[in-house]
Amino acid sequence: MTASDNTQSMLISLEKVEKWYGAFHALKDINLTVRKGEKIVLCGPSGSGKSTLIRCINVLETIEGGRITVGGRVLDGSSKAVDAIRREVGMVFQSFNLFTHMTVLQNCALAPMRVRGMSRAEAETLARKYLERVRILDQADKYPAQLSGGQQQRVAIARALCLEPKIMLFDEPTSALDPEMVKEVLDTMISLARDGMTMICVTHEMGFARQVADRVIFMASGEIIEEAEPDVFFTSPKHERTKTFLGEILAHH
Amino acid sequence: MGPIGANEFLFILQGLKWTALLAIIGFIGGGVFGILIAVTRVSKSAAARAIAAAYIGLFQGTPLLMQLFVVYYGVALVGINVSAWLAVAIAFTLHASAFLGEIWRGSIQAVPKGQTEAANALGLHYVSRMKDVILPQALKISMPATIGFLVQLIKGTSLAAIVGFIELARAGQIISNQTYRPLLVFGIVGTIYFIICWPLSHFGTALEKRMAKAAR
Repeated sequence: MTASDNTQSMLISLEKVEKWYGAFHALKDINLTVRKGEKIVLCGPSGSGKSTLIRCINVLETIEGGRITVGGRVLDGSSKAVDAIRREVGMVFQSFNLFTHMTVLQNCALAPMRVRGMSRAEAETLARKYLERVRILDQADKYPAQLSGGQQQRVAIARALCLEPKIMLFDEPTSALDPEMVKEVLDTMISLARDGMTMICVTHEMGFARQVADRVIFMASGEIIEEAEPDVFFTSPKHERTKTFLGEILAHH
Repeated sequence: MGPIGANEFLFILQGLKWTALLAIIGFIGGGVFGILIAVTRVSKSAAARAIAAAYIGLFQGTPLLMQLFVVYYGVALVGINVSAWLAVAIAFTLHASAFLGEIWRGSIQAVPKGQTEAANALGLHYVSRMKDVILPQALKISMPATIGFLVQLIKGTSLAAIVGFIELARAGQIISNQTYRPLLVFGIVGTIYFIICWPLSHFGTALEKRMAKAAR
């Protein structure tokens, strides 16, 4: 691949990113590029900065140093850049964060109406399309509290897809779920990956990482420690901390 | 002692009409400005937050009676002639907006942070984030406290008597003076207040219980 091919297909780049919470150094010299269609799994012990990293990409957190580029647009702190990037980037949270006072359909239709300026009818058609996509259209008129955790998370995925993003960020999407519901969410994510969505997933689901990821990135104490293809990552990790972490994680599976 | 006939009773009901109107005006005026105060109170700007906090402090920290005096007589002193209605509407609006603003500020902050984050991640702007996502949930959380304040406000309207309003309590006083039957008259007046306020309080408590159950 030539250098120009590389920059063209590059969707996200983080260069020398630094993030502080007061005196706590949350992200240290993070360098990462993600190409179009790539699936990245981010893992690491809690407090290692993996959630912080993906939250910086859609500006839920601000950075103190370095540069983030998404879809060729530099995050320069302007609200225009923030708007543009949030239109390209969908996010799924650990705790779903569905709007509790709205039905499933309303949850999905809100952003297309407010951000894309669609009419209610257009937005609801779009919402139904993506609810169908995550196979939950039959629950469209229910409220989030009436659904199981797995169903709620699938609705959250549909809600993010309604803005037709180029990139999806998943922040521990299955950590808050009962074990029997993890699969339905992972299956949805796998099918999304098969359709070519660019994805960054913070997750400890190593089966998912093996099956879907192009690269697995291991973080600890705010640094990227190791980065490798899943086969290499799981079979021959280089760093001591990665080995320890994998030992702990895999012991539970 | 005079009799309490239909005329006297009608006079008291006339007073009730003013009490209801005053409470409605205070609640609507206070509601509109209260939302502004609440939103200012949680704004990003520290100066705006401080101003809203000072406003709340001022009107929560002084008696409603004094606020009525200041607006009715004080404003007249600087040469602006305000009608009793306008003065009372202003005073009750100021008073109610401070209390409702503080109640709603708490409710806005009680909406889980994840809701704001999800709205942000979806690219929703401030107005939509507030109007579509945060305020409807905050309003629901605030219902018991808001209803509690409405009950206080209804009883507080009796203070409007000092600027010449013949509302429920004042009407009772007049009838009592005419008939020399204070116990009976104020018994009736008290019962009327109770008939209005108690179901409201009860409704507030029921809402609170229902929400506590839903939160479980």
